[in-house]
This record gives sequence, C-alpha cells and structure tokens, in this order.
Amino acid sequence: MKYIEEFRDNKLAKVITANIKKECQDRQYNIMEFCGGHTHAIFRYGVQNLMPDNVKYIHGPGCPVCVLPINRLDSIIDLIKQENVILCTYGDMLRVPGSDKNSLMKIKAAGFDIKMVYSAMDALKIATENPNKEVVFFGIGFETTTPPTAVLIKMAKQLKIKNLSIYCNHVLTPSAMQSILDMKVEKGETPVMIDGFLGPSHVSSIIGTTPYEFVPKKYHKPIVIAGFEPLDVMQSTLMIIRQLNEGRCEVENEYTRVVKKEGNKKAQQLVAKYLDLRGTFAWRGLGYVKNSALKIKDEYSQYDAEKKFNMTESNTDDIKGCECAAVLRGLISPPECKLYKKICTPENPMGACMVSSEGACAAHYSYGGLLE
Amino acid sequence: MNKIDIKNGVVDMSHGGGGKASSQLIEQIFFKYFANEMLCTADDQASFDIPAGRMSISTDSHVISPLIFPGGDIGSLSVHGTLNDVSMSGAKPLYMSAGFILEEGLKLSLLEKIVKSMGQASVDAGVPIITGDTKVVEKGHGDGIFINTTAIGIIPEGLDIGGDKAQIGDKIIISGSIGDHGTAIMSSRENLEFDTTIKSDSAALHHLIADMVQVVPDIHCLRDPTRGGLATTLNEFSRQSNVGIDIIEQKIPVKTSVKSACELLGLDPMYIANEGKLICLVPANKVDELLKLMQSHKLGKDSKIIGEVVAEHKKMVTMQTQLGGRRIVDYLTGDQLPRIC
Amino acid sequence: MCLAIPAKVIKIYDDNQTATVAIGDVKKDISLSLVEDIKKDDFVLVHVGFALSKLSESDAKKTLDLFAETSI
Repeated sequence: MKYIEEFRDNKLAKVITANIKKECQDRQYNIMEFCGGHTHAIFRYGVQNLMPDNVKYIHGPGCPVCVLPINRLDSIIDLIKQENVILCTYGDMLRVPGSDKNSLMKIKAAGFDIKMVYSAMDALKIATENPNKEVVFFGIGFETTTPPTAVLIKMAKQLKIKNLSIYCNHVLTPSAMQSILDMKVEKGETPVMIDGFLGPSHVSSIIGTTPYEFVPKKYHKPIVIAGFEPLDVMQSTLMIIRQLNEGRCEVENEYTRVVKKEGNKKAQQLVAKYLDLRGTFAWRGLGYVKNSALKIKDEYSQYDAEKKFNMTESNTDDIKGCECAAVLRGLISPPECKLYKKICTPENPMGACMVSSEGACAAHYSYGGLLE
Repeated sequence: MNKIDIKNGVVDMSHGGGGKASSQLIEQIFFKYFANEMLCTADDQASFDIPAGRMSISTDSHVISPLIFPGGDIGSLSVHGTLNDVSMSGAKPLYMSAGFILEEGLKLSLLEKIVKSMGQASVDAGVPIITGDTKVVEKGHGDGIFINTTAIGIIPEGLDIGGDKAQIGDKIIISGSIGDHGTAIMSSRENLEFDTTIKSDSAALHHLIADMVQVVPDIHCLRDPTRGGLATTLNEFSRQSNVGIDIIEQKIPVKTSVKSACELLGLDPMYIANEGKLICLVPANKVDELLKLMQSHKLGKDSKIIGEVVAEHKKMVTMQTQLGGRRIVDYLTGDQLPRIC
Repeated sequence: MCLAIPAKVIKIYDDNQTATVAIGDVKKDISLSLVEDIKKDDFVLVHVGFALSKLSESDAKKTLDLFAETSI
C-alpha cells in the first residue's frame, strides 16, 4: 500500500531512534500529542517504548468523541426516544456512555432505529429511502470531519430533501489547544509542563498551518504538524527536540505530502457557507470554551436538528470519581484515576476516555500495560 | 406428497407445526440435501455405536448476517464452525445434529440454497448430519434463519490438548492468514460496502488436525481464533495456562487485501474473526516437524511460527511491533467498530 | 484526529464529483466534492468517504529521505 507501508519501515525507525538518542540533551522533553490518531499510533507501534526515558508523550484531548459532554449525548438519546427518528452515526459514538449508562448501542438494542454509517452521504441515501421518517445525522468530529457535514447540507438543499437534519457537534482544534495552554492550575494539581506539541495531521490538511501560529507567538512553544504514521510521529518528535535544543520556536510542517500552508480552501469555503461559530461550547474536561464549536447557520435552520425538534440541553455532570477531565488535559495519566481498571474498563466504561479506542485510557489499557 | 413451491414459496407458521407442511419441508429440503440412512429413518433421534474412548462434544449457534457472504454462507459456516470446535480437542468428528429456527417469510429458495450448502459441507467433511429439528417463529422475531449445530467425536489415545496445557518454551503456529472471514462479512454489510476479492476462509480443519496429532501427539494447545480473533485466543491461552506469550508482528500472515480493508475502516486484523484457521502451541523440539507437515496440507500451506510461550508477564500477551517497539495485545472488548477518529 | 488513508484514484465518474479509489486491492467509491483538479492515478487522502487532499509524491519522497538522514 503506497504512502502507508514506507512510513512504517523499521529500518528507518532505527535511524530516527538513533538520531533522537544522539540529539537528546540532559533535560526533559514533554510532548503533547494532541490527536487521538497520534495516541493510537504511539501505542499501537510501541513508539514510547523506543524513546529515551527523558522523552515523554502526554495525551491531549484530541478525540472528538472523548470531549463531547454527556448532556449533548443525553439530548440526542432523548430525541430518538421521543420523536422516533432514524439516527445516522459514525461508529465511534455507539458505545459512548451517557447518563444512566445509556448509550446509542443500548438504545439500538431496545429497538430504536440507529444506523451506523461510514460517510455523511449515507445519511442522504437513508433519508431518500425513508421519506416518511425523520432522519438525523449525528455530526461529530474536528475540522477534518466538518466539511463532509457541510456537503451533506448542500446536497440536501439541492435535492430538496425535507426529512433530514443534522445534530451539529463539530469542534475546533486551535481553540482547544489554546484552552489547554491557558488553563489555570487548580489547588492540589501538579502543573503540566508541556514543552511542545505534535500538531494534528488531518485537521491541518483542511485548515492549513497558519491557525497554529499563536502557539509559538503567544505561548513560546514549538509545534510540528505531524503525519499519523509512526515514522511521522518519530521524525516530528525529533524536530521538536531540535527546536527546543536550538532555542527556536515555530510552526513546522513534517506532513508536507498532505498539508499545505493554506490548507484546503474549497473545504474551508463550504464550511463557512453553511456553518457558524458558536459563542461557547462545553468540552468534557475543559469546561466551556469560547469560539470552539460550530452550529448550522440560521438560513439553513431547516437542517438543524436542534431547531427543528426544539432540543433542550440538560445539565448533567460527569460520573462521580471519573477523572476524564484531568486525563484529557494531560494532568494525570490513566492509572492515576481511581476508577481506572477497578471500575472503569473498556467493557464497562465510565467516561469517554475509556470508550473511544483513541481515548488515553482505552489506549493505555489495551497497549500500555507494559509501561506500568 | 405434494411438491412444495421452492421457487416462489416462503416459510410460514405451518412449517413448524409438525404436520403435513412440516414433513414436506423436511423431506423435500433437509432430507434431500443431508441424505444419509440415519437421518432418513425420520425417527426423533439417531442411534449408533461408537468405538471406546474419550468423547468430545461441541455445540454452536449461528446467527450471522448477511446470510450469504463472499466465500460461504450461514449453512457451510455452521458445519465448519462446530466441526472445528470439536476437533480442537484432537477429536475425530463422527456425527452432527442441526437445529433450525426459521423466520416466517424466509424465501424457500434461500433456505434451499443454505441447506444445500450445508449438505455439501457435511459430505466434504465426511461427517453426516444425522438428526435435526425445525421451528418457525413469527416475522420480526428472527433474522431470517438461526442454525444450531452440535458435533461429537472421539479423541485418539495419548492426546492431552487443552487451553491450560501451554508450557514455557512452547512455540506458537498459526495455520494461515488472519482476518479474512470478518473482513469478508464487513465488506457485504450495508453502508460499509467496498469492492474486494476477500473471501471468508470458512473451512473444516479436522483432516489437518488428524494428520497433525498423528505426527506430533504432544501438541499442548489447539484453538480456532473465531470471534475476537488471534489476539483474544492468545489471551485465553495465556490466562488459562498462567503463562506469558510473546509474538512478532512481522511473522503474522495477513493478506494485502485484508490489510487494505482494515486501513480503510480503522480496524486491527488481530481482532478480526477467522473461520478456517487454527493456533497451535507445541514443544519447541517438535515445531519444525509440525510446521513442515502443516505447510504440506491445503489448509495449512501458509502456516507460520509467530511466537512463543514465556515465563515473564504471566497472563499477558506482548508483541514486537513491525517498527521494533513493544506493545501489549489485550482482549477484544465489545465489537470492533469502524471509526472516523 | 481523524482516520484518513491514502488511496489511488482509478476511475472518475462523469459528474466529476465521484470517484472509485483503491487502497491496495480494496476499492471504494468516494466523493470528490471537497477537492479540485484530481486526475486518474492521483493519490488522494480519504476520510469518511471524501477525498480531502491530493498527495504530493515529491514531498513524500523528500520526507522519506529526511527520515534516512543520520544525525552528525
């Protein structure tokens, strides 16, 4: 498979590992890898294991499933029960627990019509095939997954589909990064010293590299846009180490084969046409973050499930004892959560960090036991 | 007796009623394709003599969807799956039973296709289906057809195979490529369709196993990595035997088409079901002999040694990744679902 | 982050909006609504049934060369 296998070559891995060992100085290098995909690559290929002891990866909140607050999930579950809609969702959301341990998978087992789809376009097909039922598409994801939702609205309008709407939960990466960099340390918490960031691969293919310039400019941290194959992660780690050693602080792009500085203008324009910024949005673990999420524009409100069905949001709290918030912010590692492994397991997840295979806790549980 | 309309007819509640309609269905479909003396006596049970020895029995219910998939169908799968389960003790399978729960409205032409396939699988395996049962449930209460099969067999003397028999130093062999079956199923599921040449590997392994145990009777463990895949089965062995297991990713055979499909959907072949493969744990001094034998067999030609049993990290499976790093390979939890993230 | 995979364009439909891509020997139909100037045999990045970006062969090669450079 071209562009895949070459970026997993173990001979090249040896070269990069040797380079990292040679260039590491006598100091700690704490690198926050923001994206679930990077968490996955690090664990699946055992990358942390190949790094010297003073290079540590901290897992950030880059998993849109992990950061969706319980009450947003509760709201869509309530809608399905009350209005008997067909819900189309990406597979990631099916096992996320809401309140009372409800999940979309459990509701599906109870007989409600929930369809897992691979693409937003499948929702269009399902709406066309079921003209007498209301179809709702669960729009989740960062900037990578947002343009397909915009295309869905465009096509629905073009084809004059009346029975389709979208529950929009798309969130924005730079805002989340800023929120982490801004966060104040609560009493009793140990501040996280993040030395640099591995920037998201595919979010950047859409938004380009310019939106990350605030990271070095305002916060004086280097950031390297990293591809998501293990060699990309390792080379990007080396690039951050070099920046820190040389006292440089800038946005670098390791993923040049996909990411351009200006990003994907066509996709950006489509998103701007159909979606607007929300003033604020709740992120699990980060609280309310300004200008961090999108909603459907008023002129397309017929496709906005929240308006169409007058959806309301309850104020639900995270499960008692659940420390997803601290894990998502990189403050503690999964084993430091009191529920981890004892009560919270992949079979019985308490919070999203354990449900999503990208979540720090699930990844640690499955792959990381060696580190304990 | 009147001929049932297989071409246009459907299953209805009378077919499960035990009366004329039931008899017609049984004779014109089941007896026709499972034809053997014991079955066609039409008694409520089958009676037979068996040689003295230790017996093995296994039962499995098959509820797969879609009913027909590339490389097989629920019928052939139900024969292969249960024969494999019973033969993983080293047993030679002798006879099978088959129970059917049919949903009202199931097309008779589809039922015939499935039963014909089952009959063929049974003939190819040399293990007759000697007794059975049919019930019908109302529309909406079944997924078209559910099949339960049970198989019995006799274990040759001198074998002591079990999940708790792994010894430190044992080598681990997989009989061929992993992930074929589960990926073939996924490629035919709604909303996930993709074009591929991947076929299910569904196959009966008892002939291969019979040869294996004859040449190397001190095989310690045998299992077919079905639901949960290779990773789950290795974890089962390590827990049951209270040992550690180390495997090497680069040695594990995975077809390119399976790798590609997994990349597309974000899945890990280690956790995907196989229906025509076995994992074998064998003393190190016998592994080369066993591997050679397996590779000379049609169903074992791609066999590879993938790892070994170790004293460290008991009850845990670790893997040297293709990158040279090390990771834990845990049990599968829940279903592997295609992901966006 | 987002699971996206490089795939080769093997057929573009007449509407220029849909294409068949191949990853290894697995083929899937995807949407081209988010990209422009895609030709047969180009490689694109595919995420949830959409092409997001064209892959640059020259940049890929440069990246691999960089991986292979040993530090002094």
